[in-house]
Amino acid sequence: MLIKSPQKSSLQESQVTDQSVYLQRREIIKKMGFIGAGSLLSSISFSTNAKGLDFFSSTPEKVFQRHPLKFTSDVSNRSDKLTPEAKVTSHNNFYEFGTSKSDPVKNAQGFKVDPWKLTISGECDKPYTLDLDDLTKTFDLEERIYRMRCVEAWSMVIPWVGFELAKLLKKAQPNSRANYVAFETLHDPEQMPGQSSRRIGGGINYPYVEGLRIDEAMNPLTLMSVGLYGKTLPAQNGAPIRLVVPWKYGFKSIKSIVSIKFVEHQPASTWNILAPNEYGFYANVNPKVDHPRWSQASERRITSGGLFARNRIDTLPFNGYGEQVADMYKNLNLSKNF
Amino acid sequence: MKKDIVFMSAPINNVLVKHKVKLFKLFIHLAALFPLVNAYYLAFTDQLGADPVEAIIHFTGIGAFNLLLLSLAISPISKRFKLPILVKVRRLIGLYSFTYAICHLANFLVFEVQFDWVLFINEIIKRPYITVGMLGLIILLSLAITSISMLKRRMGKRWQKLHNWVYLAVILVAIHFYWSVKSEIIEPSIYFFITLVLLSVRFKKLTQFKKKKTSQ
Repeated sequence: MLIKSPQKSSLQESQVTDQSVYLQRREIIKKMGFIGAGSLLSSISFSTNAKGLDFFSSTPEKVFQRHPLKFTSDVSNRSDKLTPEAKVTSHNNFYEFGTSKSDPVKNAQGFKVDPWKLTISGECDKPYTLDLDDLTKTFDLEERIYRMRCVEAWSMVIPWVGFELAKLLKKAQPNSRANYVAFETLHDPEQMPGQSSRRIGGGINYPYVEGLRIDEAMNPLTLMSVGLYGKTLPAQNGAPIRLVVPWKYGFKSIKSIVSIKFVEHQPASTWNILAPNEYGFYANVNPKVDHPRWSQASERRITSGGLFARNRIDTLPFNGYGEQVADMYKNLNLSKNF
Repeated sequence: MKKDIVFMSAPINNVLVKHKVKLFKLFIHLAALFPLVNAYYLAFTDQLGADPVEAIIHFTGIGAFNLLLLSLAISPISKRFKLPILVKVRRLIGLYSFTYAICHLANFLVFEVQFDWVLFINEIIKRPYITVGMLGLIILLSLAITSISMLKRRMGKRWQKLHNWVYLAVILVAIHFYWSVKSEIIEPSIYFFITLVLLSVRFKKLTQFKKKKTSQ
């Protein structure tokens, strides 16, 4: 990996242990709920590795290693309060590791990212491949503090580290037929329990795929993230490399990418295949177009604070990034193309 | 329980037998209340996962469903295993199911939409999965109110008729759960299956009830 220094890694481990204690506590609560309110169904648990009352069985034995990164800081965005790192890394929709938001951090600790191959191919003159080291060394890294708006009407503010997708794309020299970019997550059912079990993976067809129009992909806001909070990505957040498209719902920001392909026609995207009436290809954050089963007009911003954190705020068109991206959609009916 | 009694002295043994139902009820109070209070404490102090609002909503929702199924399992189990004591705590468990359900709704209003009344009403009317959940809760509310002994006596035969609505309520709750998830339908499907099993046990009763009604 980038820096092999045992002294530094031991410091990280203490931090991650902290986090597993945090998670373990939550697991205990969950089980208490099942004992108290659910004695009838106590054997049915949402967690994949729960064994009755054995509180400590769910503590991850292995801890996914993260490494510090060198990057230029984001000084532009100081207005939004950051979501604490412990929350960013323990509240994840990453169905490859389980459908509950607390599943990925438990199930992804043993995830192996070395070796990794990311291929850039399709309608371009110079297709190429990046391995794990290349991901953090080929392009200058910068911090970007972005709002992340989930389609489920909650949001976070996350300090990503990465580089503009445009830089990666231009290097491959796309040709005139490159109208769209198609992304694909790793398909490895042995490592990703959700891909081998329908019960864990929520009935999605894997591998997870996503797509962007070429102008969206080339937009300076569109980020390839290799880290957050100054270190490489945790496995549950999409290590070793993921997409971040801050003006679209979170499911567009595909994780653990192995393939980026220039294509002529609009590529398939996973949630759109699953429920086309609920999740569109564009998936731009839009307070005026509700999800059929819930309102998108407002959202709960997850930062710190318990139940009484008054965190419901109005959702902004394009998640507040309209100035930089609205022009791309001026000829598009955003209600139809949600 | 039996094992304990054997080793206990006679007076205590007598007390236990005499107050068997009371002790059983005490146990149910503790088993239902402790996790609820504890979950709220953790949620208020931001120790219930990254999003305590979602966590407490799910906890109270699934808790209400579990308790409702438990209350419906009591009659068949007490008949099958000749345990009349179970029937004596059925009302208590039903009332706790209602308590969890009310908390579930209150969580949605207070912590999820945060007293945005327009949004609250709109969501209940516009979102079918919330509408059916709300209908289920209204049924449970009417059952909880009429569970008072005095009202039960006054209502006579109508009481049983009203309380048969619990079968509709449990179906609505099962639909509510199934409909609320994004794609992970296995868990709600298992709940649906258990619901159907508990209803099928009463198939005779339900058809007889229907026949009576049509012949009237």
